[in-house]
Amino acid sequence: MAQNEGRRNLRSLELHVPEPKFRPGDSVDYSDLVIPPAGSAPRPDIDARPDSFHELAYSLVRVLDEKGNAVGPWAPRLAPDLLREMLRNMALTRAFDERMFRAQRQGKTSFYMKCTGEEAVAVAAAYALDRDDMCFPAYRQQGLLISRGWSLVDMMNQIYSNKGDRLKGKQLPIMYSVKDAGFFSISGNLTTQYPQAVGWAMASAAKGDTRIAATWCGEGSTAEGDFHSACTFASVYRAPVILNVVNNQWAISSFSGFAGAESTTFAARAVGYGIAGLRVDGNDILAVYAATEWAAERARTNQGPTLIEHFTYRAEGHSTSDDPSQYRSADESSEWPLGDPIARLKQHLVALGEWDEERHAAMDLELAETVKAAAKESEKNGILGHGLNNHPFESMFEDVFEEMPWHLREQCAQMLEEQKAAGL
Amino acid sequence: MSDETVNTRMNMIQAINSAMDVMMERDPDVIVMGEDVGFFGGVFRATAGLQKKYGKTRVFDTPITECGIIGVAVGMGAYGLRPVPEIQFADYIYPALDQLVSEAARLRYRSGGEFTAPLTVRSPFGGGIFGGQTHSQSPEGIFTHVSGVKTVIPSTPYDAKGLLIAAIEDNDPVIFFEPKRIYNGPFDGRYDKPARNWSAHPAGEVPEGYYRIPLGKANIVREGEALTVLCYGTMVHVVEATIEGLGIDAEIVDLRTLVPLDIETIEASVKKTGRCLIVHEATRTSGFGAELSALVQERCFYHLEAPIERVTGFDTPYPHSLEWAYFPGPVRITEALKKILKD
Repeated sequence: MAQNEGRRNLRSLELHVPEPKFRPGDSVDYSDLVIPPAGSAPRPDIDARPDSFHELAYSLVRVLDEKGNAVGPWAPRLAPDLLREMLRNMALTRAFDERMFRAQRQGKTSFYMKCTGEEAVAVAAAYALDRDDMCFPAYRQQGLLISRGWSLVDMMNQIYSNKGDRLKGKQLPIMYSVKDAGFFSISGNLTTQYPQAVGWAMASAAKGDTRIAATWCGEGSTAEGDFHSACTFASVYRAPVILNVVNNQWAISSFSGFAGAESTTFAARAVGYGIAGLRVDGNDILAVYAATEWAAERARTNQGPTLIEHFTYRAEGHSTSDDPSQYRSADESSEWPLGDPIARLKQHLVALGEWDEERHAAMDLELAETVKAAAKESEKNGILGHGLNNHPFESMFEDVFEEMPWHLREQCAQMLEEQKAAGL
Repeated sequence: MSDETVNTRMNMIQAINSAMDVMMERDPDVIVMGEDVGFFGGVFRATAGLQKKYGKTRVFDTPITECGIIGVAVGMGAYGLRPVPEIQFADYIYPALDQLVSEAARLRYRSGGEFTAPLTVRSPFGGGIFGGQTHSQSPEGIFTHVSGVKTVIPSTPYDAKGLLIAAIEDNDPVIFFEPKRIYNGPFDGRYDKPARNWSAHPAGEVPEGYYRIPLGKANIVREGEALTVLCYGTMVHVVEATIEGLGIDAEIVDLRTLVPLDIETIEASVKKTGRCLIVHEATRTSGFGAELSALVQERCFYHLEAPIERVTGFDTPYPHSLEWAYFPGPVRITEALKKILKD
């Protein structure tokens, strides 16, 4: 090429474009994935210096071993009743997802997102945090609401944009907002909640409050500027916040390599910011619980933020609008070496002699009935349909501002006249 | 608290400082944050003395990330605070656009009113200071195009204080653009003449205490019959000096708030005069003047005796050395006035 004239002794540059290991039709081999044994990661003191987390940021905190035993310094020693409750909430989350996914396929709403395989991430956090700690979730943490005991019917009302929807049909399904459950309004824009959570935590600290904040984003959106702004703020002001990165390997069709995973871990992002960083087996609910509890204690004692990478796998599509068989191997999910979070907690409870197959099957049946009954109840308030029947037309103009200014009143009046003229 | 009836001479920076001081005193939830706003008191000195008076947890410096500043302010608003973040120059606001457009402006709507973002984002804007293309822009039209955010631009110290207090008290996000060319004194557009300060201007006299100028109310700076001039910020003074120099009996409407707009005042004025000139410093295409022009023709078409004219910045980046050719100064305004008034 012309620009290389006279520079022929130099080697040509090469652009590296990441490529996932497996594509549709490929058989899956995870043998080069480094998975340290359960119980091997050390548990640092709550006040450990932020620069002492290098090893943990590249390792993996695991509690449940292959036989279902809870081992090592991170084992949280929770009572069997609590473990059964956590199991139930993970299973309820999965049952809820199944029902709502089907409702979308039946044309009852426009959109749905499951968290299958990632239930432990949100459910464990709900138990490790206090009920009044503030959550700034992404869109796959429905387990927080379910574990905080929020009404399934209320969640479904939002999904159906029906008459019972407290958000008045204004927001895309699953973008819940539940102030009473310490659950911030979900944005469809990625990782915008990160600096917001840091701001909430800073406000809490500035006011001498005792509540902390937690936020979640996917590994893909750690590339957003908001993530880095948030980490900088969190570090600078030692904000009482827990920054969770749910590394489920896939951002729609882009594998984690497009967010940097070929070269480093996401927990290691913390190192550069001077934040405590933990990398956790996200399918091990005891590990997630222990890490979150540790981070909450650290935040509550003014030791600053913690970034936790939850290493997990998105077992299903990104959303109802996605077909993962087009871009990844179908075997990835079944071969995932860290298993399924529900199956693993179940195995642990069985190993403890606190659970059995029969009870599990009965629970699954009961939960399916629970969500079915909730859906029936919610559907009494209507379903999305064509969207025009559940809320008065003029409600479109409400909540733009606290008080409706003249231009919105005028546009509203014009719309109503046009509808009337058209006989609607 | 100081008595609102005691007036003091203030420039616009002092008036803005006083508004924040008054509000921080009245409301413990008001906090001020931004690049260099703390110990130093801001690069334009607008926050001078506030950290000393109210402490570091209410007035603090931030990292240089506008996205972070606004995102953090949204979270603080969700907690229950009333943040007044400063973006050092309006030209730097773009990294914060997503947090402003998709978050602050939409939070009330998307949460059915559960969460709100009662922020007031202060930012110096506009040219005339040889700031080049990164310290001179007027991006108000970007924000007036966004549903859910209010846009306010004062033109005097008196207005700046009263409007800023109203903005801080407002429960919706407000973009408060401060015309930095007139921070220290009104500017008639004659760049080759000595600068004036606010000491001789009636609106340089400002109450020391609390008062508010409601958002959404324009100010008729000068009543007249020959035509209506719609303008805001620095341009109010440039227009005023130009028409006085020409001896034209124009009605000058200082919009003060772009969203929500005081359409009643505009409509009444244009119906009375039958002619309309729109002046702003921002670039022309899709600028706020385009909206004003559309509104005036929709509402006043049968009263108009001449086409609506716009004098605006050109659709170029803000040029450094040719600033005074770009700036909508007396020469360009005079030509537009001649066109509107010729029949």
